Amino acid sequence: MARLCFKHYLISMLCTITVLATGTSHAEGVVVYSARIEQLIKPMFDAFTKESGIGVKFVTDKEGPLLARLKAEGKNTPADMLITVDAGNLWEAAREGLLKPVESKILESNIPAYLRDPENQWFGLSVRARTIIYNTRRVKPGDLSTYEALADPKWKGRLCLRTSKKVYNQSLVAMMIAELGEAKTEQIIKGWVANLATDPLSDETRAMEFVAAGKCDVTIANTYYYGRLMQKKPSLPLAIFWPNQAGSGVHVNISGAGITRYAHNAPGALKLLEFLSSEKAQNLFADVNLEYPANPGVPVDPVVAAWGSFKQNPINVKKAGELQAEAVKLMDRAGYK
Amino acid sequence: MKGETFNGATGDTAAQNTLFEQSPSRHRAFPGWRFVPFLVAALVLVPVGTVISSLFTPSGEIWQHLVETTLPGLLVNTFWLILGVASGTAVIGVSLAWFTAVCEFPGRKFFSWALLLPLAIPAYVTAFVALGLFDYTGPVQTGLREWLDSDVSWFPDIRGRASVIIVMILAFYPYVYLLARNAFLTQGRRTLEAAQSLGFNRTQGFFKLALPMGRPWIVGGVMLVVMETLADFGTVSVFNYDTFTTAIYKAWYALFSLPAASQLASLLIMIVFAAMVLEQQFRSRMRYAENRQSARAARVPLTGWHVWLVGCFASAVLFFAFVLPVTQLVIWAASVFAQDFNQRYLEFLWHSLLLSSFAALLTCSVTLLVVYAARRYPDPLTRTAVRISTIGYALPGAVLAVGIFIPIAWLDNWTSAMTLRLFNIETGLIIQGTLFTMLIAYMTRFLAVSHSPIESAMQRITRSIDEAATSLGLNGWAMLRRIHLPMLKGGIYTAAALVFVDVMKEMPITLMTRPFGWDTLAVRIFEMTSEGVWEQAALPAVALVLAGLVPIVLFVRQTER
Repeated sequence: MARLCFKHYLISMLCTITVLATGTSHAEGVVVYSARIEQLIKPMFDAFTKESGIGVKFVTDKEGPLLARLKAEGKNTPADMLITVDAGNLWEAAREGLLKPVESKILESNIPAYLRDPENQWFGLSVRARTIIYNTRRVKPGDLSTYEALADPKWKGRLCLRTSKKVYNQSLVAMMIAELGEAKTEQIIKGWVANLATDPLSDETRAMEFVAAGKCDVTIANTYYYGRLMQKKPSLPLAIFWPNQAGSGVHVNISGAGITRYAHNAPGALKLLEFLSSEKAQNLFADVNLEYPANPGVPVDPVVAAWGSFKQNPINVKKAGELQAEAVKLMDRAGYK
Repeated sequence: MKGETFNGATGDTAAQNTLFEQSPSRHRAFPGWRFVPFLVAALVLVPVGTVISSLFTPSGEIWQHLVETTLPGLLVNTFWLILGVASGTAVIGVSLAWFTAVCEFPGRKFFSWALLLPLAIPAYVTAFVALGLFDYTGPVQTGLREWLDSDVSWFPDIRGRASVIIVMILAFYPYVYLLARNAFLTQGRRTLEAAQSLGFNRTQGFFKLALPMGRPWIVGGVMLVVMETLADFGTVSVFNYDTFTTAIYKAWYALFSLPAASQLASLLIMIVFAAMVLEQQFRSRMRYAENRQSARAARVPLTGWHVWLVGCFASAVLFFAFVLPVTQLVIWAASVFAQDFNQRYLEFLWHSLLLSSFAALLTCSVTLLVVYAARRYPDPLTRTAVRISTIGYALPGAVLAVGIFIPIAWLDNWTSAMTLRLFNIETGLIIQGTLFTMLIAYMTRFLAVSHSPIESAMQRITRSIDEAATSLGLNGWAMLRRIHLPMLKGGIYTAAALVFVDVMKEMPITLMTRPFGWDTLAVRIFEMTSEGVWEQAALPAVALVLAGLVPIVLFVRQTER
């Protein structure tokens, strides 16, 4: 009897498997591979479907595996669009020939030139500003000026940084190389490392908490991390400082998207991309995560607006990809863990 | 432990004769057995080979950079991590297994299953909770600073090497505990009786008899821990502790070189494989058969301060490895429950449970066939094939995931091209994105996990039983089902519980091979943590821990009668 039950169990399991094991056929809608997580994309997809009637299927993963996947699938890839949370990986996707240039007046007018690929293979959809966060009790804003100035010995033992393994720091350093050259940048990074109050942290929120608790006085972080932390703990003695305002401006990265080279539904994907750059979606896209809209015509979220306006660095963000490997090697040499 | 050489390579003619005398009847019965280990090894070799094939792509420049900058430090870090975690898990796992399997003390029954609970918590979650509690801004140090009104600069550096090692020991000791307990439950008490009849006291009995006899189990467990530690990326990332695996991911994600990453990973595989072969060489001269199934001997009651010592030890491990992290998770989860919890969690839970149970079933069944076949054909070639089939566990998850994905996509593209040419039908990619593919992928990773317990249980069965069965006309399937299966129950339950929980925690393969819409609890954790919202990640993490308790409870009920 016992064995009979086991057999039934096996058979029913096998049936379930067969029923569930249906392959991915070509969908009518748009298929998206996204490194931006579900919570930060699904609201826009839903809005798009509601407006256009085109469905959106998506799967999330890290950028590395997503690119490897696109490459392995080649011409038969089910994906029509790739979304990432940094410019470097979009640049890499384009370099690997995984994206397709698109002609679109709408995109060109909605997204400023420095936030998209010069060959129109990818487009920034939201701006992530990387800035200086300081302890308001221990630092006067007048003491701060630029990212580079944090290498000054007066910050010795007062700086906290997130690990160099995070892509946001890699992009920042890549942009510094583009602007200042390799030798100068390396000197600055060495200065940062010498000023560290504690080993680099794995987490930006933790770094800001360290600043608030007085373990160190300043750190470099993306503004939305600051926004999230302050929404939860408004009493923390932290504030934003916009660096390099007299010079080239605050370093910005993008969360953006491109259409895959072998997209089966390229027109649908283009529609989605244009929709995401439009005023309607831009608000939602940036506001769900307290980021800045890439479309300059769209007003920012009131919470974000309260941090003040600032000058963005107008160097094309593709430099972040081009120089990322250089930046990583430089940080390794400088001992920035 | 009577030496019974069954190894053709050692040149024992008597044994060889037995082997050859019996071979023809076996071949007639079911010649397919011969090839089972090779088939499975070939299946695992596909993704592993894909990774290793990177050795043909030049990427000397990245190697040079790594050697000149970070690699020496990484190797030192990795060495201490492996050494610390392996010895720590061995000491904690074996001692706790001994106390709960052989001794008697108040609370023994409770501890014997409760000590398995940390298995259900992913190691990186334990790491994050530990850091959250004990770091500079955590409640412990903040409280101390306020209470003592000083900067408590004497507080140990919580982000150093020791902390990573401790967290990993707390997360991984159950592997050793589970396997060692299996060994001691089946023979520990009788061994102790035998030791006493030889004039040893209990301590001597443990070290001189029980420990050596439990070796396949203990080494198997520690080997799993070592592989898991080598492949770990999540835990070390939380502490920003750079290991060899960090370099692999740096080459891939930061330097955009998947070939360089695969080359580094290939090196990792080769080292682990060499370690396995060495261990095997060492072990192959011993036999661990149990000769009779007699009534169980009585437990050894602990007395006096021993009771307190053991009780405190077990409680401390349980507290730090399970109670503390879970309490913190529950507090975080409660704070986001109202806003985040919805019906979809039932779907995530269902997907997690379904995938884990199918994967456990598939992996354990295949392992059983492999182990049985390897027992019937104990030649060096078969042994190598068996070793190869367990190598997937040592690879960093995402690297293995890509290794799995590339050949599948290739096969898919080929199928698609063929159907287009032959039937003019465009099929697209039909193999990838099926649950079947996913299960095979899990299997290639977790064969090692099921192999250790099942193989060591198989070693317990004397060969004379096989011979008796053969003389009664039982062969192949019949022998496996009627003779071995009932005796392997404990090992199979152990294996199934381990694979189930491991699949549930698994991230990279799940992310890469899941069909659209097939999000699991682990995927949910990934999404939350990748944007740094750990409090929100606590909700799926708690659900994952609860779901992981299911097989553990079932397991305990099966083995603890």
